[in-house]
Amino acid sequence: MKTVEEIKAAIEAAVPGAVVTFVPNPSPSAQHSLRLEPSSAVRVAEFLRDDPDLAFDYLSNATGVDWPDKEIAEKVKVTREVKKAVDGVEQTVEETVEETRKRVEPGCLEAVYHLYSVSKKHGPLVIRMKTANRTDQVELPSLTTVWRSAEFQEREIFDLYGIAFKGHRDLRRLLMWDGFKDHPMRRDYVEPDDFEYEPTAHDAVLKRAQEHKNRDQGAGIREQG
Amino acid sequence: MAVDQQLKIEMGKQGIFVTTLQELYNWGRRNSVWPMQFGLACCAIEMIATTMARYDIARFGAEVFRPSPRQADLMIVSGTVTKRMAPQVVRLYNQMAEPRYVIAMGACAISGGPFKQGYNVLKGIDRYIPVDIHIPGCPPRPEALLQAFIALQKKIDGQLLTGEGRPRFLDSEARGEFPVPEPGEHDLEPPSNEGVWEPPIEIL
Repeated sequence: MKTVEEIKAAIEAAVPGAVVTFVPNPSPSAQHSLRLEPSSAVRVAEFLRDDPDLAFDYLSNATGVDWPDKEIAEKVKVTREVKKAVDGVEQTVEETVEETRKRVEPGCLEAVYHLYSVSKKHGPLVIRMKTANRTDQVELPSLTTVWRSAEFQEREIFDLYGIAFKGHRDLRRLLMWDGFKDHPMRRDYVEPDDFEYEPTAHDAVLKRAQEHKNRDQGAGIREQG
Repeated sequence: MAVDQQLKIEMGKQGIFVTTLQELYNWGRRNSVWPMQFGLACCAIEMIATTMARYDIARFGAEVFRPSPRQADLMIVSGTVTKRMAPQVVRLYNQMAEPRYVIAMGACAISGGPFKQGYNVLKGIDRYIPVDIHIPGCPPRPEALLQAFIALQKKIDGQLLTGEGRPRFLDSEARGEFPVPEPGEHDLEPPSNEGVWEPPIEIL
């Protein structure tokens, strides 16, 4: 198999208007990936499948990643004009103060696909697609028209992460039921409050169990509906 | 009114068989407990192994596994009960005719097991239906299921026909139908059945 950089060059040569970014993997596995843009993703996928050299005809895995919003605290030196009393006289003096500015970098959701070639016996190639943000712009193009095996896996990604795939012919929840409101694999998923019996409870489980106990003792006979 | 055991044996040697109606009734029921074909996950494989030639459960009376709940006496809940499957389990239990028993086989049916922090796992089927015998194990060996079966037979032997401690099927006041949970927005509604399950709060 060509290296990931060579595949990127091949894609850019063959598919006009394709925007492909190389995402290096610093770990020892060195499994670098390519990030595609949603606008050209389907054409790039078709090229990867149809090209005689690459021939990635098998999508083995599609999964989702949740990149949560990051709060970044930066220390910034700010020069301000401050009224201060200097030697008993009110003056306007310039003061340099170090301020910590907090800003929130919006997160996003990502779909990651692993491609293999059964005919050429090479792989895997990892391709990714990011959504714009985590709240309202969560659409990505579906790759089921290119590889049929994406069908159920994209339904699972929709169920667990919330990425809506445009062009998927049957986008419903797969593991949870249809009326379920949350997306369980997101980082900010809060599990429903359900007493979990643990013989040696500690940390979060112990805290929740104690809350249940306090609630019981406060209410008297427990009524659960 | 039970007869003295020694006297029973002596008379039995002479060809006179003495018993009580309760003993006879329970003896007939315990020796032909027919389970329902109900396997959910890996524990079901162990249950199937128990029905096969090596650990034959048919010698204890479970001659056939009935496919229909209407004809079954016992439901062996073997495997993880997901929140999507839980309403169907309760529905099937409601459809079983009294007297009916439930064995919770394996860690998942007792309390959610190794997957109890899962978003789709019901932490124990005893939240919705009354369970008679629990079998710990992941999965429990076929011999453990046989021991549970024998324990169930002993429990049936001890069931009274009249009086305070009589079982549910002889008590016209007792509740026979258990509410089926509905899938809600974040969890099943209700999260457990009232009167069937209370959280065992024992926090030090």
